[in-house]
Amino acid sequence: MSEAPDLPLWAAILVSALILVGSAFTLIGSFGLARLRNFYDRAHAPTIGSSAGVGLIALASIVCFSILGSRFVFQEAMLFIFVSLTMPVTLMLLARASLFRDRAEGNPEVPPVTVPPVTSPSPSALPEPGLATPVEPVAAPAKQPVPREDKSGD
Amino acid sequence: MSAEILGWSLTVAQVFLGLALVFTVYRLLKGPRAQDRVLALDTLYINAMMLMLTLGVRYSTEFYFEAAMVIALTGFVATAALAKFLMRGEVIE
Repeated sequence: MSEAPDLPLWAAILVSALILVGSAFTLIGSFGLARLRNFYDRAHAPTIGSSAGVGLIALASIVCFSILGSRFVFQEAMLFIFVSLTMPVTLMLLARASLFRDRAEGNPEVPPVTVPPVTSPSPSALPEPGLATPVEPVAAPAKQPVPREDKSGD
Repeated sequence: MSAEILGWSLTVAQVFLGLALVFTVYRLLKGPRAQDRVLALDTLYINAMMLMLTLGVRYSTEFYFEAAMVIALTGFVATAALAKFLMRGEVIE
């Protein structure tokens, strides 16, 4: 077909299988991103590409360069570690932001805050202060203009 | 023989990754809300990073690894900043 490194046969088969399976995982994840309906469903789909896809392709690259250079090359594992550490952080930030925006707009599809401050607005009764701040009536008018502005732009 | 196997499977893998990029660009352009676009941008970064890794295997140079590392770093920073912007309306308060 085109140029590729000249590995021994078993290594070529191993690297090919790893790369094919990894890219197939990535394709499935991105297809799920394009196909699923809800944002919260869609947030799950690309993580298969960023965990299994990056892991398998980085492993294939490690095997290929270790055999080509006849020494153990480890640097692609660093990439896998970095991606698998940062991906949950970004996805949790994004899901929290999306949940906050949906709650600020009163979207009925998202679950409400677990303990609504109805009768006793004492702050000790709230289970988690970060969860309860969007529905407090004091904080709501100050934060509402931001999602509305974004909504008109979308 | 072995180079042929590896070359063909690399071509198939790059076609798969290109299709994955097309799906994420579809979601990036269509996505009904801003968080869908941010999620699609993050997936686009990861997919481009994997395409860089397969290119590095194909041409058997180590330079593509550095490009992949830079893409992963900028993707993390961009997605974290955009999620912060969606949450608070400002990146740095």
